Amino acid sequence: MPTKKNKSTLPRLRLGAGWSYAPAPESAASARINEQYELFINGKWQKPAKRAYIDSINPATEKKLYRAAVASEQDIDKAVVSARTAFDKYWKKMPANERGKYIFRIARLLQEQARELSVMETLDGGKPIRESRDFDVPMACNHFFYYAGWADKLEFAFPNRAPRPLGVAAQITPWNFPLLMAAWKIAPALATGNTVVLKPAETTSLSTLKLASIIEEADLPPGVVNIITGAGDTGAALVRHAGINKIAFTGSTAVGKLIQQQTAATTKKLTLELGGKAANIIFSDAPIDQAVEGVVNGIFFNQGHVCCAGSRLYVQESIAPLFIQKLKDRMATLLVGDPMDKNTDIGAINSAEQLEKINYYIRLGKKEGSLHYESAVALPKKGYFCRPTLFTKVAQSSRLAQEEIFGPVLAILTFRTEDEVIEKANNSPYGLSAGVWTDKGSRIFNMSRRLKAGVVWANSYNLFDPASPFGGYKESGYGREGGVHGLLPYVSF
Amino acid sequence: MKTTRPAVFKPSLLAGPAIDQTGVEERTARFTKRSIKAASKMQGLLMTLSMIDLTTLEGKDSVGKVEQLCYKALHLHDAFEGLPTVAAICVYPSHVRTAKKALQDSLVKVASVATAFPAGQSSIDIKLAETRFAVAEGADEIDMVISRGKFLAGEYEYVFDEIAAIKAACGAARLKVILETGELGSLDDVRKASQLAIAAGADFIKTSTGKIQPAATLPVTLVMLETIRDHYYKTGCKVGMKPAGGISTSKLALHYLVMLNETLGADWMNPHWFRFGASSLANNVLLQIAKEKEGCYQSPNYFSVD
Repeated sequence: MPTKKNKSTLPRLRLGAGWSYAPAPESAASARINEQYELFINGKWQKPAKRAYIDSINPATEKKLYRAAVASEQDIDKAVVSARTAFDKYWKKMPANERGKYIFRIARLLQEQARELSVMETLDGGKPIRESRDFDVPMACNHFFYYAGWADKLEFAFPNRAPRPLGVAAQITPWNFPLLMAAWKIAPALATGNTVVLKPAETTSLSTLKLASIIEEADLPPGVVNIITGAGDTGAALVRHAGINKIAFTGSTAVGKLIQQQTAATTKKLTLELGGKAANIIFSDAPIDQAVEGVVNGIFFNQGHVCCAGSRLYVQESIAPLFIQKLKDRMATLLVGDPMDKNTDIGAINSAEQLEKINYYIRLGKKEGSLHYESAVALPKKGYFCRPTLFTKVAQSSRLAQEEIFGPVLAILTFRTEDEVIEKANNSPYGLSAGVWTDKGSRIFNMSRRLKAGVVWANSYNLFDPASPFGGYKESGYGREGGVHGLLPYVSF
Repeated sequence: MKTTRPAVFKPSLLAGPAIDQTGVEERTARFTKRSIKAASKMQGLLMTLSMIDLTTLEGKDSVGKVEQLCYKALHLHDAFEGLPTVAAICVYPSHVRTAKKALQDSLVKVASVATAFPAGQSSIDIKLAETRFAVAEGADEIDMVISRGKFLAGEYEYVFDEIAAIKAACGAARLKVILETGELGSLDDVRKASQLAIAAGADFIKTSTGKIQPAATLPVTLVMLETIRDHYYKTGCKVGMKPAGGISTSKLALHYLVMLNETLGADWMNPHWFRFGASSLANNVLLQIAKEKEGCYQSPNYFSVD
């Protein structure tokens, strides 16, 4: 008797089964990493007052990479005072085109040392070298180039409004794009004539410390940019400091809320770039194969450690089975492993703590009754790694569809009509970004008007340009970084 | 042997997903970023050699030229042991007999272009007669061109029926259908022509004649591979792919193999389902193999110019 043929399974491709790619590691030797880093205050490397240091490990090997100073209140005070002095003494008096020259110089030095910076970013944070080489570092350079150009043209950015700098900007950056976020923050602050005290995340300070040495090399007047390292306490103390005029924070929504509470009833200006749970929406008329690629870039870029990651996928019901099959086949070709290998697509999860959080959500998704799928790729024995993962049969009311996971985990939901998907996509406390995939131009305009998200990508995802503003709605924060809009948070009129 | 049902045109054959050119180009750029080293590189280079349709398609082709090319097909570089032969020799119909004789009992196939190659501007009767002639001369494979003029004029049924008729005239010979993508103008049309050719019975779809610029490109080939993939998802049947023209360096050939590897996978990574139509690629691959073996580049003078 013939067996009943299961029609729902499509013929399988044998992907990743034949030809495999030999290791192609980037040389770690191109980065000169010190054993210990001090604080960069007033143009000098200074030991922390309490002589406290914190270790940073390479998440791909779990080995210690370097140790960085922990700034205490005393150090922070020193940094803020030096930034204030630099503001009064040099920076606000300097002709704008001279200020621009310094920023151009930083951009060029970054470019010259791009390779070393890429290697540092990858060793310290776990992201694939392909991404730090092709995205993080060049994009950071571009931001400096872009804002260097604005320095002496501010009256054109704000016609007839006489923009003035605020003074000292306190800036706190996250661990997912350390160098790029430092560039997003420092470049517009300097271009508008402010001075800076910046604190990178404690797990990924290396590239920012390298940036400090580039700033030293660029011979900026002492105190214009101060880099202090440390963990959450350091950040909190910096936010509390009475001598700062402005706070720019990128990080979690929980910390963002605390900062907003603390700055209430002060004159400190605040911009927040916080979490997200972006909807990536696929209509049945979408360019399917390119949309699959967009979904992969949306959620697996930088191990999913992206605040604008397309982590909620909405697929129109009529194409869902084929789309999901294609997505699974594409996932089979994603190489997970040594971030220093040029062929690696997904590197190491940034920390043990983050990996545990991701695994918590994977367990939760299974418990909620969603269908779990992960690629079959072998993971390295050492280090923090996670296979690209997706869940199907996720409901709008599942926590998996509501909460930010910040890892390579995609929740897939289906929808039937345009109105339905707009309502569902907007049904989130977040509103940082969204993606729309359709061949119909009018639908793109309708969707981008009605989606409550700071960025809406059409037939693309995770594309950035220094000239384009970026920022959120709702609990994803406020204020914009990038473009002319990115100058506004650093000026008063 | 499977019984062949005559292919019938249906307008629904033309319906396919939209193609977004920017997205296709982004994807192909990713393939070029794969770093192929050491053992994988050697494996890729040898695979490339075995997939080449060594081609001569010139007005001045003669018996002497074709015989020498056939010798090269069998003896790529005898100084190196363990090299494969190429997959096939590709010639005009009038040289099929010569090639067949020169290749004797080897596994190297003889492919013949047909159907008023390269323009395809002739009657269906002449195209059929030419196909039958090439098959009778011993061709194992027929590389036909589609009627691009008719295709662009929207006469899809004509193009479909023509391919189906040539397929019937091929008998046991495998049919490669050349879309001449350089004349089609958009990736949407490349997709449409690929679907049409596959539905009409193509065993292989092929990008170009090599007589029109641009010939094969990574984006065009990706769209065709994805059409093959969709056909496979739907039917479980495989169709072969042959990019032709403009692939003259091993680096570029390896990019194509990466694309194949990550789009269709292991089952297509062989000369039965994938070919390179090329005349000068083989020597560039040999130079690279020499470099891998000996650690430095050799003079091109060490490699025969056929």
